[in-house]
Amino acid sequence: MYPKDFRYTKEHEWVKLEGDVATVGITDYAQHELGDIVYVELPATGTKVEAGQAFGTVESVKSVSEVFSPVSGEVTEVNTELADHPEKVNQDAHGAAWLARLRTTNAAKDLAALMDAAAYEAYVAEQQKEASA
Amino acid sequence: MGAKMVNFGGWDMPVEYSGITAEHMAVRTAAGIFDVSHMGEIEVRGPHALDLVQWVTCNNAAKLTVGQAQYSGLMNERGGFVDDLLVHKRSDTHYFLCVNASNQDKDFEHFVRHNRFGAELENAGPRYTQLAIQGPRALGIVQRFTKLELAPIRYYHFALGQVDGVDCLVARTGYTGEDGVELYFSPEHSEKLWNRLLEAGKPEGLIPCGLGARNTLRMEASMCLYGHEIDDSTTPLEAGLGWITKLDKGDFLGRDVIVRQKEAGLTRKLVGLDMIDKLIAREEYPVFDPADGPEPVGHVTSGGPAPFLKRNIAMAYVPPSLAEPGTEVKIGIRSHQARARVVPLPFYKRPR
Repeated sequence: MYPKDFRYTKEHEWVKLEGDVATVGITDYAQHELGDIVYVELPATGTKVEAGQAFGTVESVKSVSEVFSPVSGEVTEVNTELADHPEKVNQDAHGAAWLARLRTTNAAKDLAALMDAAAYEAYVAEQQKEASA
Repeated sequence: MGAKMVNFGGWDMPVEYSGITAEHMAVRTAAGIFDVSHMGEIEVRGPHALDLVQWVTCNNAAKLTVGQAQYSGLMNERGGFVDDLLVHKRSDTHYFLCVNASNQDKDFEHFVRHNRFGAELENAGPRYTQLAIQGPRALGIVQRFTKLELAPIRYYHFALGQVDGVDCLVARTGYTGEDGVELYFSPEHSEKLWNRLLEAGKPEGLIPCGLGARNTLRMEASMCLYGHEIDDSTTPLEAGLGWITKLDKGDFLGRDVIVRQKEAGLTRKLVGLDMIDKLIAREEYPVFDPADGPEPVGHVTSGGPAPFLKRNIAMAYVPPSLAEPGTEVKIGIRSHQARARVVPLPFYKRPR
């Protein structure tokens, strides 16, 4: 379910690091909780963000959610496909519906603060238990 | 069924089952079933039942015939809404009222406080549950379970009878802009009737629908939601509900305020908006006059994507000078000033 080579935030973003380039998206759990996604707003390339800073917005039919960057860096690319096809986030949150790529500045430290797949899976299970309690 | 639940006024309610968009489309094109057991019911009985209903509501309940229902407003002294409600006339001495869940106790106290007529009042919520079956195929599906002839029941009328052996008040009403029925009955039969109707309707496209789709459907049909378009400080005239406000029926709570407002003219009006820019207006977002300064001149009361119309819509309060269809306004959406155009309401009207 949750790729082993990703790291995860408590706010349900994922990040995959290749060299110093981080690809960022929201998790499958997040897209499922949000429901039908109808709008994705992403930062301009060149935007500098700090880890934990809001850098985008994902809207479903019923809700508006900020997306927080898991890492510090500069946005080098955003997924422009999502402007016309936001529903892709529901279909492939961990793959084709990545949101942005960043050139990281402090990746090792940022990633050390995040969860691995097993920890995130346990975290989601805990959230689901709370929701149904 | 994988329902996402939300706590709504103390009730655990399903927000969505298969997805808001799919549920919304099912109601527009086939049928959907809603568990609205949280809605409140108040019974008013006795020889002075009508006197009390007439005094606290703005529509003219004296015009109702037995078996007829009307949309109305429960008024406060300031001409604002304590709640909006459906008034069903069961007999000359018995009115059955359906009110909003979260307002039930407040409403009941309001009735009690203004009951100088000696009407009998019952806070009947615990005795009733409600299922709504809505959509072009709704009547046909429910018809298989009852000897009542549903087709002759006109819109905003009701009948008493059994549905699958359960005593029901069957009202041809709804909160979706589609044809359909709302069933009121004793709560112990709720699960059974839900399952039976769902099973029977499945081949015709009936699916379970949650509060999420209920909201997008009522918004697309431009129906008010208490706490959004209307509350204790909005008057029926401001909300575009002059059609349920019968100033000539005799005196009622808040009438003098509404009459004065009508004479003096409104300072704000509820309008429909179509988003021009590809952004989504939501409740509470500020509305700006493009020809004016940086101060908001109004606010959005409800907004979001309209799944059937496939555009982004909103309802908002604006000054009368900006209320004409065709007028362009701006909505503050995060860092954007998004353009929107005033359009006539309702956004959606079902084909008849």
